[in-house]
Amino acid sequence: MSPIMPNAPAVDSPEPALAVVDTSPSPVRDFLSKRGSGRIADNSFAAVMLVCACSIFAIVLFIFGILVLHSRPSLVQFGWKFFTRSAWDPVSGDFGALPFIFGTLATSLLALCMAVPLALGVAVFLTELCPRPLRAPISFLTELLAAIPSVVYGLWAVFVLVPLMRDPVGPFLVKTLGWTGLFSGPNFGVGLLTASIILAIMILPIISSLTRDIMTAVPNSQREAVLALGATRWEMIRIGVLRNSRIGIVGAIMLGLGRALGETMAVTMVIGNHADIGKSLFSPANTLASVIAGEFSEATSDIYLSALIEIGLALFLVTIVVNAIARLMVWAVTRGAPARVH
Amino acid sequence: MDFQTRSMRMNNSRRTATNYFVSGLSVLATILVIIPLVAILFYLVYKGASSLNLAFFTHAPAPVGEAGGGMANSIVGSGIILALASLMGIPIGIAAGVYLAEFGRGKPFATAVRFTADVLNGVPSIVMGISVFTLLVKGRHFSALAGGVALAIMMIPTITRTTEEMLATVPHAIREAALGLGVPKWRTAISVSLRTASPGIITGCMLAFARVAGETAPLLFTAFGNQFWSLKLNEPIAALPLQIYVYAISPYDEWHRLAWAGSLVLIVMIMVSVTLVRIFANRGVLKGGS
Repeated sequence: MSPIMPNAPAVDSPEPALAVVDTSPSPVRDFLSKRGSGRIADNSFAAVMLVCACSIFAIVLFIFGILVLHSRPSLVQFGWKFFTRSAWDPVSGDFGALPFIFGTLATSLLALCMAVPLALGVAVFLTELCPRPLRAPISFLTELLAAIPSVVYGLWAVFVLVPLMRDPVGPFLVKTLGWTGLFSGPNFGVGLLTASIILAIMILPIISSLTRDIMTAVPNSQREAVLALGATRWEMIRIGVLRNSRIGIVGAIMLGLGRALGETMAVTMVIGNHADIGKSLFSPANTLASVIAGEFSEATSDIYLSALIEIGLALFLVTIVVNAIARLMVWAVTRGAPARVH
Repeated sequence: MDFQTRSMRMNNSRRTATNYFVSGLSVLATILVIIPLVAILFYLVYKGASSLNLAFFTHAPAPVGEAGGGMANSIVGSGIILALASLMGIPIGIAAGVYLAEFGRGKPFATAVRFTADVLNGVPSIVMGISVFTLLVKGRHFSALAGGVALAIMMIPTITRTTEEMLATVPHAIREAALGLGVPKWRTAISVSLRTASPGIITGCMLAFARVAGETAPLLFTAFGNQFWSLKLNEPIAALPLQIYVYAISPYDEWHRLAWAGSLVLIVMIMVSVTLVRIFANRGVLKGGS
């Protein structure tokens, strides 16, 4: 029935068309008559959504609370010294996290040293230099690197990277850089350096794709202004793009650092799992994450388990701080006011 | 030629040289980055494809020392864990995203949620693993359910943020049209905003899914892995990434072979979903909906 249409074929009703509209149930009339119940539905819907949003807070608080609760035996027994002692003796129940803090910092910083210049190079290439048809495939390839699971990187590292480090790369480093003292001792193929390399490969796509986004956010007028002053392309990139996006780039690097600090599987598989502070980059070590992965299921005594959970707590707090700072920096560039030129 | 012109000309050639040098470095960096990717993919296909056979998809692992066997139980186990994680993570994640975009615009509380979600995204997965272990496993036993919870916690922040971003691209005029017709706000959020943004939200869910599909660390102490068939939710269950890890660090060649095959299957599964995501994303947010 479409009484609004003047030439409707259905003329079996003797009444005028307007009268039909007034009495027939219409969807709009339904909605209007049900507005009273709509308010209750609205409020309860908003409440359900609010509860789900709060669940994100709840998860963070829950992780923090449960880690503190279960690391209490270790917190009570070792106190703050837990983080400055290098003893790790499950048999006599004596624990200190210093070797793992060292391992985490050493591998993450080495990985950053390798990944940051390459990531910046890729980002500059993709935003400023790359011919347009190549842009999509290359950024797709680097994003694929980010999609490969950690355990597959580990598998590849165990069977390809470790033998490579053992034979051609290790001896070459000893010959050329042996005088630094960083490459002394036996080279098993596994150790700090191998772990750093696989970490670098893993954090590269994160840093480069974020940096690319940040550099794309720089307005083209900045580039044009610098070019108009007679700058070469590199000077344009340096003055017009990199300088404007430096806060965001530092944020992207810190996000990469956060990922490197917590990366578990690939590192566990190639770092050699040894609780010592070695002087050589070839020496086997352990990171905060890898010691949890490697020893958690063997932890029989309560104090052993709580020491490992306390390491987890430390890892949680450190990554939260690093990520928070990094997010604020990235937000400052991509969400806030346009970057200022100094 | 006076001194000034000459020095300018020298300066210019130095600047041009620097320009070419840095451009070259940038190209070199890109090539250096592509090499490991190609190497990893090459090894996966080369080693994995030669070890794949029908038994891999139909059999549970053979006992140590025996040839043959497969990872059928791990593939099914991963499917169960991921289904559990999606059932818990996707509704909560989308609902939180709807709150941020539809109800919380401009509120400081919403900014705090947004920030917490971003920070939670960066928390190492092993920490999720031990948290869920202490809550659900300690004193009881390893279970598929615990594995699902650990992965769901990892999915929520990603889904929340993409849902919010996708809803933010829905033009206000569409919402106003619905509200102007007297449609209640909840109905507008579900049938208008969510429906319009659905391709983008599906993209976000699949990205989160692909991300947790390869996670091993949160499952180590929750799902634990199982060499045998198990479909029960309250018992240890096999998972593909866990099995790859166990086989990769084992001393047996036969198991190494299976680890490569498992990795290839895992990567293909993840890549298929990522590619689907790109197809969805390229269709645009507004074209596919309603």
